[in-house]
Amino acid sequence: MYRYDEFDATFVAERVKQFRGQVERRLAGELGEDEFRPLRLQNGLYLQLHAYMLRIAVPYGVLSSKQLRKLAFIARRYDKGFGHFTTRQNIQFNWPELVDVPDILDHLASVEMHAIQTSGNCIRNVTADHFAGVAPDEIEDPRVWAEIIRQWSTLHPEFAFLPRKFKIAVTGASHDRAAVKFHDIGLKMVKNEAGEIGFEVIVGGGMGRTPAIGPTIRGFLPKQHLLSYLEAVLRVYNLLGRRDNLYKARIKILVAATGTQEFARLVEEEWARIKDGALTLPAEEVARIERYFQPPAYEKLPAISTELETAKRGDATFARWLKANTHAHKVDGYSIVTISLKPEGGAPGDASADQMDLIADLADEYSFKELRVTHHQNLVLPNVRKQDLYALWQRLAAVRLANPNVGFLTDIIACPGLDYCNLANARSIPIAQRLSRRFNDFQRLEEIGELRLNISGCINACGHHHAGNIGILGVDKQGEEFYQITLGGSSKDDSSIGKIIGPAFAIDQVADAVENIVNVYLEKRTGQDERFLETFRRVGIDPFKEKVYGNSQARRPAAE
Amino acid sequence: MTVQVVTANRLRDGVIVWLTADLGWSEEFTESRPLRDEAEAKAALEAAGVAVKARLVVGPYLAEVDETPEGLKPNSARERIRASRLPTITPDQGSWTGRIEG
Repeated sequence: MYRYDEFDATFVAERVKQFRGQVERRLAGELGEDEFRPLRLQNGLYLQLHAYMLRIAVPYGVLSSKQLRKLAFIARRYDKGFGHFTTRQNIQFNWPELVDVPDILDHLASVEMHAIQTSGNCIRNVTADHFAGVAPDEIEDPRVWAEIIRQWSTLHPEFAFLPRKFKIAVTGASHDRAAVKFHDIGLKMVKNEAGEIGFEVIVGGGMGRTPAIGPTIRGFLPKQHLLSYLEAVLRVYNLLGRRDNLYKARIKILVAATGTQEFARLVEEEWARIKDGALTLPAEEVARIERYFQPPAYEKLPAISTELETAKRGDATFARWLKANTHAHKVDGYSIVTISLKPEGGAPGDASADQMDLIADLADEYSFKELRVTHHQNLVLPNVRKQDLYALWQRLAAVRLANPNVGFLTDIIACPGLDYCNLANARSIPIAQRLSRRFNDFQRLEEIGELRLNISGCINACGHHHAGNIGILGVDKQGEEFYQITLGGSSKDDSSIGKIIGPAFAIDQVADAVENIVNVYLEKRTGQDERFLETFRRVGIDPFKEKVYGNSQARRPAAE
Repeated sequence: MTVQVVTANRLRDGVIVWLTADLGWSEEFTESRPLRDEAEAKAALEAAGVAVKARLVVGPYLAEVDETPEGLKPNSARERIRASRLPTITPDQGSWTGRIEG
């Protein structure tokens, strides 16, 4: 894992000290809310519906057991005993008191964490493939490049006041697990014809009010030019992006209005000016950062573990979890384990302090002290010996953390929604709870197969509803909550934006509507290997629409 | 005119509060001061403005409510959740376990 250098440690310590002073001045009346608000937001502190909310950066989703234990401590000491992992691989605390936040930031700094650039119109926490460094389909480890981007973008003075927030995602694998086409900049590591590794640069994707799948503006960017090219993209955006209209300020609007080709030309023009300058990455500096991400001391193990095979045969519940929640590892004898934070009836992405402590212990015992946060709001133990999987599963099962639903319908992405969020129109978590209860039959989930269901409580789309195979969007109708359903979204290699099925539903109708949609899929699919998305693309939206709206008065849509 | 109340968040801890009959602040929605006309609403917002300057609260605003024989009731999903002072997810359903003093 990357460790803070002297520069990181100094600026984080300085920022905590500054923020402590700012809170004191706010409480003393020397700063008004208008002056204080941008300062607290720059330190990740929002004022939400019930309380303040602190959003803490987990750089590219990589977390050590020591850091997770510190988060558990903060949850207990300063919050209500839990934290919420987000779709941006961050963690949020929902109940801190303003007066405690400087102390919380001090605790975070002691484990090389902070909340800087988790809010505001700046380059936000860089996200990456949650299987980075361990996935068998990887061309190169993207954490090295995510770390380089983190260092470049942290406190970058030119990009501290962009027209709007800016999100960068990196993947080094052939299969996109980082939703790169839905980011302001998506970077995908690719090999060119000469066999060299570089980046495909995708710009102008995003969710929100105007969802967009980002177009590629450069098919191959040599690695040493990464930062100069990013700087060129950001500079064009910073100069030409709209500041007159909040809803038209993201780079996706600029790219669409300018045209991909012309936007790419503008970037290339700027890049030609700065290329081969100070931002060219020296090979020795890249090598220095690569050393932080060297593989842990893997043992030489056989590809097949006899202990695992025996346990699998003897315990069907374990076998089910093994199939859904473990993934192939690049090293023989090891597995990647996803810990589902989606228990039946639970709030997606929430983990209690006790669970965090236990997971930290498990990371120590079984995964070289390392964890990942996924944008699906789960946690990952990236390096588990196959022979240890049965023991690990038993430990997880004892504390309700062995739900075998990863990749299935109940592995729901949900934003905090109106239960917590000041911007939300409707609640998200209760919809997730209802669906997780309705579909809490693992045989049925397996029969349905891979299906991504995402819920957002408002059009800002923190719950990625546009990219859900089934997406649910909370809308406000005269102060009451309704839910619009979209079908056919995907954030993978076959990225697409979901289509609205029709009029919105009342909260009590959502689970029935989803059940009907699933039943149409099961009826129409050519076989179990045709995924929901493929069936939807083949048969179109009409059969779903007919079933959902056409069958009875009871299922009649509740609102236009 | 519909009945309104003034609500805000407390500066120090962010807790939701309502302006009361004596122009103080309460964590109980039921203790809200009902504002039945524009003059009352204006005066209440002015009082809230004083509390903002005194660093007691932030972001005060008027929220419409229903006046029923049982008292004032919030009349939107958002204000119902705020008035309950908690998410609608109960502890046995969500992860939160109540604040552990330590």
